[in-house]
Parts: sequence; C-alpha cells; structure tokens
Amino acid sequence: MTEAVENQVEEQAQPEEKLVTLTIDNIEVSVPEGTVLVDAAKKIGVDIPVFCYHPKMEPVGMCRMCLVEVGRPVFDRATGEPVLEEDGSPKIQFGPKLDTGCTVEVSEGMVVRGYTEEVVDARKEVLEFLLTSHPLDCPICDKGGECPLQNLTMRYGPGTSRFIFDEKHHAAKHVPLGEIIYLDRERCIQCARCTRFQDEVVDDPVIGFSQRGRSLEIVTFSDPGFDSYWSGNTTDICPVGALTTADFRFGARPWELKASASVCNHCPVGCNTTVNTRREAKSGGELVIKRMMPRQNEYINEIWMCDKGRFAHHYTQSEERLTQPMVRNEVGELEATSWEAALDLVAEEFKAASDGLVTLAGARLSNEDLFNIQQVTEKLGGKALQNTHMAGGELVASVGVGQGSNLSDLGEGDAILVVASDLEEEAPLYWLRIKQASERGATLVVANPRDTKLSSKANYELRYSYGEEAAAVMALLGSISPKTPGESEAVKKLSRGQEVKDAATAISEANNLVVLYGNEGTGLATSQSLADACANLLVATGHVGKANNGLIAVWDKGNTQGAYDMGLVPSEDLAADLMSAKAAYIVAADPAGDDATLAEAIKAVEEDAEKFLVVQELFLTESAKLADVVLPVQANTERQGTYTNAERRVQIFYPAVPAPVNVHADYAVAANIAERLDLKLQKVIPAQVMAQIAETVSDYAEVSYTKMAEVEEQWPIISSEDVFYGGTSYENEQGMGQQLQPASQGGESPALSFAQVADAPKVDGLLAVPVTRLYDRGSTVVPTELLSERLTPTSVVLSPDDAEKLSIEPDAEVTVKLNGTETKAQARIEAGVPQGYVLVPRSVGIALNSPSPVEIKA
Amino acid sequence: MPEAYLCLRHREIENIDQMDVYRQNGGFSAWEKAISQMQPDEVTTEVFDSGLRGRGGAGFPTGLKWRFMDGNNWPHYVVVNADESEPGTFKDREIMESNPLQFLEGVMLTSYAVGANLSYIYLRGEFWELAHYLDERIAELEKEGLLGDKLFGSDYSLRIRTHLGAGAYICGEETALLESLEGKLGQPRVRPPFPPSFGLYGKPTVVNNVETLTNVPLIIEHGSSYYRKWGTEKSAGTKVFSLSGRVKKPGNYELPLGTTFRELIYEYGGGIIDDKEVKAIMPAGASSSMIVANDEALDTPMDYENVPNVGAQLGSASIIVIDETVSMDWLINKTVHFFKHESCGKCTPCREGTFWMSNVTERVHEGQANWEDVILLQDVATNIKGKCLCALGDFATEAVTTAIERFPEDFKAKAKSNGAASEELVETSAAVAD
Amino acid sequence: MNALRESYGQEIDQILAKYPDDEKRSAVMPLLFVAMRKDGYVNKQDLEDIGEIIGRSSTDVASILGFYTLFHDKPEGKYRIQVCNDLPCALRGADEYLDNLCDNLGIRPGETTEDGVVTLEAVMCLAACDKAPMFQVQDYNGVAYHENQTVESTMQLVESWRAEGGKDA
Ligand SMILES: Cc1cc2nc3c(=O)[nH]c(=O)nc-3n(C[C@H](O)[C@H](O)[C@H](O)COP(=O)(O)O)c2cc1C
Ligand code: SF4
Ligand code: FES
Repeated sequence: MTEAVENQVEEQAQPEEKLVTLTIDNIEVSVPEGTVLVDAAKKIGVDIPVFCYHPKMEPVGMCRMCLVEVGRPVFDRATGEPVLEEDGSPKIQFGPKLDTGCTVEVSEGMVVRGYTEEVVDARKEVLEFLLTSHPLDCPICDKGGECPLQNLTMRYGPGTSRFIFDEKHHAAKHVPLGEIIYLDRERCIQCARCTRFQDEVVDDPVIGFSQRGRSLEIVTFSDPGFDSYWSGNTTDICPVGALTTADFRFGARPWELKASASVCNHCPVGCNTTVNTRREAKSGGELVIKRMMPRQNEYINEIWMCDKGRFAHHYTQSEERLTQPMVRNEVGELEATSWEAALDLVAEEFKAASDGLVTLAGARLSNEDLFNIQQVTEKLGGKALQNTHMAGGELVASVGVGQGSNLSDLGEGDAILVVASDLEEEAPLYWLRIKQASERGATLVVANPRDTKLSSKANYELRYSYGEEAAAVMALLGSISPKTPGESEAVKKLSRGQEVKDAATAISEANNLVVLYGNEGTGLATSQSLADACANLLVATGHVGKANNGLIAVWDKGNTQGAYDMGLVPSEDLAADLMSAKAAYIVAADPAGDDATLAEAIKAVEEDAEKFLVVQELFLTESAKLADVVLPVQANTERQGTYTNAERRVQIFYPAVPAPVNVHADYAVAANIAERLDLKLQKVIPAQVMAQIAETVSDYAEVSYTKMAEVEEQWPIISSEDVFYGGTSYENEQGMGQQLQPASQGGESPALSFAQVADAPKVDGLLAVPVTRLYDRGSTVVPTELLSERLTPTSVVLSPDDAEKLSIEPDAEVTVKLNGTETKAQARIEAGVPQGYVLVPRSVGIALNSPSPVEIKA
Repeated sequence: MPEAYLCLRHREIENIDQMDVYRQNGGFSAWEKAISQMQPDEVTTEVFDSGLRGRGGAGFPTGLKWRFMDGNNWPHYVVVNADESEPGTFKDREIMESNPLQFLEGVMLTSYAVGANLSYIYLRGEFWELAHYLDERIAELEKEGLLGDKLFGSDYSLRIRTHLGAGAYICGEETALLESLEGKLGQPRVRPPFPPSFGLYGKPTVVNNVETLTNVPLIIEHGSSYYRKWGTEKSAGTKVFSLSGRVKKPGNYELPLGTTFRELIYEYGGGIIDDKEVKAIMPAGASSSMIVANDEALDTPMDYENVPNVGAQLGSASIIVIDETVSMDWLINKTVHFFKHESCGKCTPCREGTFWMSNVTERVHEGQANWEDVILLQDVATNIKGKCLCALGDFATEAVTTAIERFPEDFKAKAKSNGAASEELVETSAAVAD
Repeated sequence: MNALRESYGQEIDQILAKYPDDEKRSAVMPLLFVAMRKDGYVNKQDLEDIGEIIGRSSTDVASILGFYTLFHDKPEGKYRIQVCNDLPCALRGADEYLDNLCDNLGIRPGETTEDGVVTLEAVMCLAACDKAPMFQVQDYNGVAYHENQTVESTMQLVESWRAEGGKDA
C-alpha cells in the first residue's frame, strides 16, 4: 500500500448540516439549510398542497398550488440588528405577493402562513383554473380515489363551476404513448412531473411537451413510443388520471384493491413492491393480480421500480402453471399422481442415489427454499449446485458492502467503480442510484468494452477488450500499489493510459468506495477473476468492512446471493456434473431449455434407466418434460419467504393470492422429501425455516422475520393521504429488511487470492460474448403479453464495420454458428460494439455461457 | 420638447450605418477608449452614473444590473434582448436596421464592462433578414479588428453571435429567452436566482434590451453627465417612443423622457385620424393599463415616475392611441386573444386564465354575454394577477381590468341584460381598484 | 447516415460553432430552420437527425418544433402570407385588409390556395405597427417583410409567384 492509500483509510468527518429555524403556521421547526418550504411543512405535518412539486425532483414552481404568505425578519441597516415590534417580538416583513412554497428555501426567522384568507383563496382560485379545463370524468377515471386533484378540490376547491361547459378545451382522450402507457390529454394538468421524471430522474427524455399555452400537450417521438424502462413510474406520480398503464386502465378502482407487500425477484436489487389484487367474477371469484406497485424503501428502490418488475408478473397467474405432481408411467408419459406417491418415489430414488445426487437450483427461489434443498442434498452427501454463470458469492459475503450501507449516502468525496456491466439492463435501479450518486458528486469510474447508458455520467471511462475485465481492475490496482505481482500483457497495456492513473488516484483517495461488477461478456471463469480483482482493489485501498464500502455483484438472478449464502455453488461444468448424477434434482432451473449441450446431458440422464430425474417447477419446461417426477410449486405471490439482494439485504415477501389447491412452496416440498430421509426440516412456517437458517448459517445468525419487518421513518413521506405529494407508491409498513454484515466488518481479515488475469482471447474470426438485456425471453417474462413487443428478439449484435464486411443489413436474418449449433437470428447493428465481437443477448434463444468463437452468415 | 437623436442617429446623420461615416462621427472611439484606458468597472460606473434605465420595459437601472454579476463564477455572458414582440413596439428593429454599428458598439462595451468574451443577440425569428444583416456587420467588425481575439493588443477577446427565435412573445421575458437560447422550451424560470447570478448555461449573464445598449457608446464617449442633459433626475436620457394606433403619423419618435403624451400625439403624431377625439392611451403596448385620455393624462410627462400617476406604467413606451371610434370590448378581445396565444402554458393561472378570459371576451364582444359575464371577467383577471411565474399573466389582465373599470359604458352597451347590474359592476370595479 | 448533415454539412458546422462545445443543444432552433429549407416543414427523419447532431432525443426536438409558430410540421403553401392583425395593426385597418385579401385569394386564414402557392395566416404583432397593413412572407428560405400594403399590391406579388410557377417548382 502506498502512503496515499494508508492516509485516507481513516474516516473523514462528515460536515455538520446547518439547521435553520422558522415558523410555519405558528409551529416552530428546524430543518437543514436549503430545504424548501413545502418539505419543511410536511416534516411537521402541515400540508402545503402541491401538484408540480415532487420531493424527488427539482422544483419548478409552475402549478402555483403551493402559494403561501412568506415573511422575513427585518434588520436595521445601520446596526444589522433585527428590528423589534412593540411587544418585543421580531418585526416580520411579508412580501407584496404570495410565494410558491415549493421554490422558496427556508431562512432563519422566516414566518410562513398557509391559513390566511388570501392563501386559502389562492388555492381555490388555482383549483378553479385547473378545473376549467378538466373533464371531471372522475367516475370512470383510474385515478379516482387516489387522485390529488380530486382530494384537493374537496378540501380547497370552489363549490360550483363558473365555467361554461361548452367552452371547455377538448383534447384527445385515449392517446397511446406506445403500447404500455396511455395518455388522456383532457385530464393532464401540465404539471410536467412525467416529463421531468423522464428527463431528470431517469435520463430518457422520450416524452415532452409540444405546443404551448392551453394547447400544451404531452407527446412522444421515440420508437417504440415512450421507449423507457421506467415509464410505469410516471403513472404513479401523475397527479391526475392522465397517464395510465395499458394493463390496469379501466381494470379496477383503487378502493376495491387489496394490497400485499412483496419483493421483486427479477433482478438482484430486490425492489420493494405492493401487489394489488381484486376478487373477480370473470375469474370465477378468484383473487386476481391487477397491478404491481412500488413500495417505498429508501435503501433499495426509493419509490420507483422498473417496468419489468412492474409488468412481468403475469407468469404467476398463467394458465400454463403446473397444478399437480406427475410421474412417468410405463409407456413413458407423465401422468398425474398424488403427492404421497410422488414424494415416496423421489425419496426412495434419492436414497438410492445417495452421494450420487446432484441438485441444481435456480436463484429465483427464496432463501428458505434454497436452504431446505441444500439440506436435503447435504444429508445425502450430494452436490448442491446453483444455476449461475456468475462467480464471487463468497467474496461478497466477505468484502461486500458493510451493514448500514445506502447508495443514497454516496456523493462528493466518494467513488464508485462499475466494471463489466450494462447496469441499466442488468439491474435498472442500481443504474438509477449510481447515476444519482454521480450527480451528487461521487466520482464514477466505468470500465466496459463499449458505451452503456452509464457512460455519459462517468468521470473516467476505461476501455478494455472482452476477456480483460479482471486485467482492467488490476491495472487500476497496479497504478495504486506497484507491488502487484505477475502482471499479464493485458494489465501492462491497460496500465499505460493516463485515464487509468487518474481513475486509480480518485479511487484510492475516495472516502468511500463501492465496486459493482456485472456480467457483460463474462462467463463463470472470467467472472471469478474479475470478482477477485475487485476484492483486491477494495482491500488494498482500505474500502472494506464498513458501511458504504465494498463489493456488489450485479447478479443475473434475484436471489443469487442468497443461494451462495445457503451454500449452493456454481458448477464449472454443468453438463459433466449432470451426466455424473445418479439422481438429479432440478429446481427452478431449465438446463434442457437453456442450452443444447445441457439438453443432451439431461436426455442422457433420462435415457439411462438407472438414473432418476426430478424437476420441481412452475411450468412444464423442457427439462420437466424429460423428468421422471415433476413437482408443481407455488409462485412467490402465493407464499412467504425471503430474498437476499446484492447488497445482502434480506427482505420478506408475503402472499398476495391463494395458491392453487394442490401445489406447495418449494421449501415445503423439500422438507417433505427430507422427512422421508429422516431429516427434520421446517415445512409450514417460513419464519421457522429462517430460524433454522439463523442457527446453521453464521452470517444469518441475527436475521429474523421480526427484525426484517421493522420499519423506519422515511423521507419523503408516502401514504394514502399524501398522494398529492409523493405519488401513489405505497408506504412501507412491512419492513426494511436486514442488511447482513460482511465478514470483513466483523473484524475478519478477508482471505484473498490474487486474481488470475487473462489476456483477451485470441480468435481469428469473430468472438461471441454474452450480454444481458432487461427484456429477455425468460420463462418469467414471456407470459406478460404487454411486454411482447419490447422483448429482445432472438438476435445478435454486430459492429457497423463487421456488418459491412459481412454484407449484413440492419435487422436481416442471419445464421449463427456457435459451439456446434446453428441458430437463425436477427442481426442488430450498434455503433458502440467493438469490432471483432458479436454480442449475444442471454435468454433470447441462443445459448452462450462464456465468450466463444462464432461464425455469422448473411 | 425637440427630438434628440441618441439612438435614432441615422435620422440626422446619413449613412451612419457605414463604417467610415460612423467612425467620422465618433464611432468606436468609446470602444478604443474603454479597452485601452478604462477598467471594466469604470465603464459600469459611467453607465451607472448616467442614470440609464432598461428600455425593455421594467426600467431597471442598467449599471446596477451589471454590478450584480457574480464575480466568483465564470464565464460571463451578455445576451441582448432583440425579441421585440410587445404589440405596438417597433423601435429596436429600426435601431438595428439603421444604426447597427452604434448598437453593436453598445453590445461590445457592455461585454467588456461585465467581462464577457462571448455575447449573443437573441432576435425574434421574424427578424430573419435583419439577423443576416447583423451577421455581415459583425463579420466586418471582425475584419476591422474591432472584434476578435486580443483586441487592441490587450488580453481581452470578444465574439458576438446572433441567434434567431422562431415566433414566441414569451421569449422576450429574459429567463424564457435564456431557456430558448439554450435550446429548451421558451418557458420562464423561477426567479430568484436572477440572470446576473444564474443566466445563460447557468452562468452569470446580463440581459439588456437593444435600445438600452445603443445608448452606451455615447455615455462612454461623452461621459455620464452628457447623457443626463436629457430627461429627468429619475428618468435620464431620451426614449424612443413607438407611436401607433389611431394617429395620423405613427412611427418612432426619440424624445427626452418627460415629454408629455399630448406633445407626442399631437405635435409628432399629427393628431387623431379624421380629427376624432382621443379616448384612451396604452403606454406600454398590449400589456398596459388603459389611461383615460383626459387633459390631466395628456399633460402627464412620459417618464418612469409620472405615468403611474395616471394609473399605468411607461413600460416599453409603445404608445397605442385609441380614439372614440374604438369600443373597449373589441379592444380587450384583441389583447386577450394575443396573450392566450402567447401564454407559454407553464403556469396554471396564465395558461387557464387567458384561455378562460378569451372565451368570455369573445362572447362579450359578440354581444352574447350578460352583465354577470363582465363581472366574471373582471374576477378571473383579478385571480390571475400576482399568481403567475412571470409577468405575462399580469400583462394579460391590465387592459381587461382597467378597461372595465374605466370604460364601463362600452361594456354596458354590449351586455345582453345591462339593467340592474351596473351598480354591481361599479362595486366590483372599485374593489379591484383598491 | 445523417441526411441533414449530408445535405448541409458545412452550414451545420458553422451553426454548431456559434455555441460552446458542451452546449450544442442551443443549435436546435437554427437546425430546425435548416431542416425547413427542404420543403417548408420538418419531418420525422429531420427530428432524428437533429437529435443526433445535438445529442438529444427526437422528442426533445419535436417539443421545440411544436412550441414556436415559425416552425411547421406539415407541408403547406409554398409561400405563407402572415398578416398581422394584432391590436395596433387592427387599429389601422388590418382586419378589413385581411378580409379583402381572403376574398381575393378565395381562402380563409389557415387555408392554402388550390395551386399550393399561398397559405394565408393571421399572426400576432410583427413589430411593424406604424406600417400597417403589413404581412411577412415565410417561404422555404426565410422571412421577409412587406409593409404599407394594399390588397392590390399584395395580389400583384401573389401573381408574380404564380407566374414563376411557385418559384423553383
Ligand atoms: C412577457 C414579457 C415579454 C417581454 N418582452 C420583451 C421584449 O420583447 N424585449 C425586451 O427588451 N424586453 C422584454 N421583456 C423584458 C425582459 O424580461 C427584460 O426585463 C429586459 O430584457 C431587460 O432589459 P433592460 O433592462 O435593458 O430593459 C419582456 C418581459 C416579459 C415579462
Ligand atoms: S400527464 Fe400527468 S404528470 Fe404529465 S404533465 Fe400531465 S398531469 Fe402532469
Ligand atoms: S408551484 Fe409549487 S407545487 Fe406547483
């Protein structure tokens, strides 16, 4: 370690926030300097009504709803002393006009009045103005019942209309801004929350205002319309029913909805969500999921969520779901059977296989599921594998971000390194929160072979070739600590640039450092070296073992970290492992559907009469079709459990709808198998499974359902009475979860190995590299019809140069020859793709686990 | 008072738009003097002492505005407001077309005074030909070495660029203008912060009107006291009055501030067409209050301090003359229509209120309205006032409230049921006037 | 490839040079004027091209297009006669002049003559109030003022355009 590194390991004191004291509606309040009046008022429970103001966005002062009287103390010019009234109180000078509470910042001694006749009249007048153009179609409006305009009109509005109805401004009512979001132009009150959200918050300015004056209207010119992964959020913050989602509009009235807390498992962020359900006649009186809404958790998703999480829930109530256990009969067909029979058979075969049992579990499962499955496997001495191409779970357990971390705390003086990740595609909320950290002044280093959406925010951009991701991180480390042994060619080459040196200095001097590594172009092996390199960098610069420092793996699945923590490891050669199995227990994974070579392996297991294949699943997947026994299970909306996110925050999800009669939760199925193996596992109450986990897995010793369910006061305030303020995101009444301590925070010094640094693989032709796209064709995404037009097609992405060389036109069909298979795919051409590489999106129909030579033919 | 050509010097000196003629008449001597002999703040002080006030409407002391420039934040910009869109205003165009070099020298001196190395002239889009003409003149100045890098061997460099708007009155409002120049929707910003601390691209910026800046070369060349030879203590200098409406000789007249309405209308404007009676005066274009044109009003000096005495503001001094042939219901229908068309839509009272008012004024004008509608109109206008993000909302109401208040007969004659309500009207008018 | 850039590359560079390096968004209005030069209006491709040049979304560019009255998103007459009938001009007979002009052209404000030569529009104050009746002509290349007009003088102008066959038509 160099001196510079050592010096800055000591914590730097945070500058104290300066407090300002003022009086609002006769209540004294002290708030940090820079707070605007509406926020200050909200903190003491005084409502200053707003429409355009949103606590997560810059104020614009345009709706004029928040007008208040603002007075400031008068000072004597000569003496600088405050002028006093006769009674000795400070003399307050009020402005000639009302001020907008959303734009005026607090100042010492200020007096704010929100109750005077003038203010109350102003509110009435502004509402009256808004209503002159409003269609007043509340009875059929989706926002009816949770509409700020409706609520505030009740509270402050005029009793009768003075506007002649025929003179109302008329505008189009059902304007599709693309197929996902609809706009009702008559309802829009031109508050610009939606456009500002898209521009300021998520950097997708794909909707905007056109025209002006009374004709001002929202338009989109993107292709497809409203082309953003964030569009659903605009319907939450739109203060009227102008923006609605295609799958909820006219779907239900808010007051008919039941709300249950959940956690999204589409990616490793673990957004807190609310599942809204309603009992419906057309579904035979069943509870139906009507929509998914964000639930506030300022550690995780604040009040937002991405469209995948919001819309891709339809798989849980798909017609295709498995509803009963099945076994293969004499003629080789799957046939319904009883749970007793199925479980007896499974247990018998597992016992017979003994340490020949190979378990493969997918990380969309909960910790409870994974734990019980692992316990079953361990009991028999089998292999417990998880289905991932990403390594590093143990490292995250050791040098992951410290307990008490919150990405919102990162800002000036801190640094963030994002390596090998197309972050918005892999974990949208991480992209958002890193972007915001960079806007708060954190130094952002982005290392990737091509531009991603995060690039524009980067202070330093490091380019490397696919395969050199670990080398890129080692080059940074090398610039800080010259002792780095065994430098490869790639490291030497990458170390030369000034950008690397500057980035390394910034990283080593940062107060806090968080490193995120993803899976852009990596396979299991490269991802292991990458994780090692990142861990080395963190340790060498002293950025481990404390809050807001450490490693985040941008996992490919929602609960990969949980799977690691429960002791499931990735397989280095899954085909071989499966082939070697005497019995295979495949849960929430579909190797046969994912990959032709794995399909061969599974088939071999199936064809071998000695071998036994059990598939535990939601759907009749390709693997299930080959199984000897198929066990149906519950979707996460039907049961309880926990997921561990990439920052190792363990969070509870709750049932929202009842499960189909004859299916059980994965943990219960595993416990039932265990029972037949004389192993006692909890099978009824997930909290009890967690108690067992806490006893067994030391990192989880402190975890309990009770503690996870604890809530904290959060800002901004979100609740049903406050919809006009923060939108319709749900208040968190079910808990913030519990963040685990990484071993390094417990005082353990991390055992690290130096990264195995490879040079970029040399190939004559093109090299195919796997990348992640948010909208893939996975089995949890495809059943959502609404997203069908946005799913990534079976495609490969080429650089313009390579496309020209191969005479491939944009969007043309091509043949992809890869690992001995041939697939037809659409050719996409993107400027940022480095020459010589072909990007292959994961889970869209072309199997690719790690970079491989490829041939593309027009 | 006699005309005095400080800005409209082309009316006295032929071909002053030519470089040699302009130079023979002292052109660019102020510029050379400033750069080689004066510190930037000395230029500002001279302008401050001259008492020059902004000619764009608000009449803010020009030198004081320059002093507000935040010296801890760089670069600085000067942006010239050449958006001239107030109905009845047509002075800046004449200045730029006919006395372009003096105007440009004014921009240059201002830039030097506030330390700007890049300045923009934002012209309304309709001044298309004028913008190209100015581009040519700027190129000429660059060739002459009057603009460019390291001027006169100093360290000071300056570039001036034109930028065309595209048809939006609101872009005359200084912060909307800056937004527009930044390539965004031309909608006003919340103020504070004001442009001298947060202006173009978030940097300190002086925004001044064309006429304002055209005065600067003479102030620097001859000193501040020279400028004070005209006008009054609080309203120093001359003003270009754009005279339009029902007068025989409309046009621009440059007169000392403090000249009376009567002189302008009758001496310079030749009186009312067909020698009709003058009925009302709008001194600040479509955004002004209606002055009842009685003798007291006609004898009021046109300057910043006296016009308020007759219930209006001098504003941009775009004097629209209304005679007895004009009915106020027609007139406010015109002005409200204008403001409805030009409301940017950003803030609620202006967007909805101008729309609402125009529905009512249309009905009143068509004889389709009742007394209650006139009272409603008055009330809607009052509700807009003081609640908007920028002054456009207020502007939209000035003519409406004052016309109804000061010329109630015109509305009585139009209303369908004018009987009993007239007293009520007088009451509301009085309430509004308070 | 960016079609706009291909046709007007040099001019676009000159426009961009007017603004600081990281403030290219400022060029959006001048670029919209350039795009209108082709056939008097801006099409969807232009929006994309301009967006690409200034690094903004086409929606952003469309937003600007829609805000200002001198930008058009639909093809109309080759010459747009834009008569000011705002208050000061109206006080000097602009409304009557406009009515007469309508009769002579056989169209109402907002309409285009059958031969596609003229679109007639009533517009707000053009800063020529002392020279009413007046109008400006917006054609593909820009804007020009015509002041102190009579219906006769205006019709002569229209006839001269018609004689040219609508300029370069
Ligand atoms: C709606 C509105 C329109 C305006 N239009 C113009 C204009 O066309 N020209 C102008 O110089 N100032 C206009 N102004 C005034 C400017 O905001 C600003 O005060 C002026 O440019 C300052 O320059 P000055 O100090 O030299 O007068 C307008 C203001 C408002 C509120
Ligand atoms: S659509 Fe909704 S959020 Fe967007 S401007 Fe209109 S009212 Fe505001
Ligand atoms: S103006 Fe303050 S909330 Fe809209």
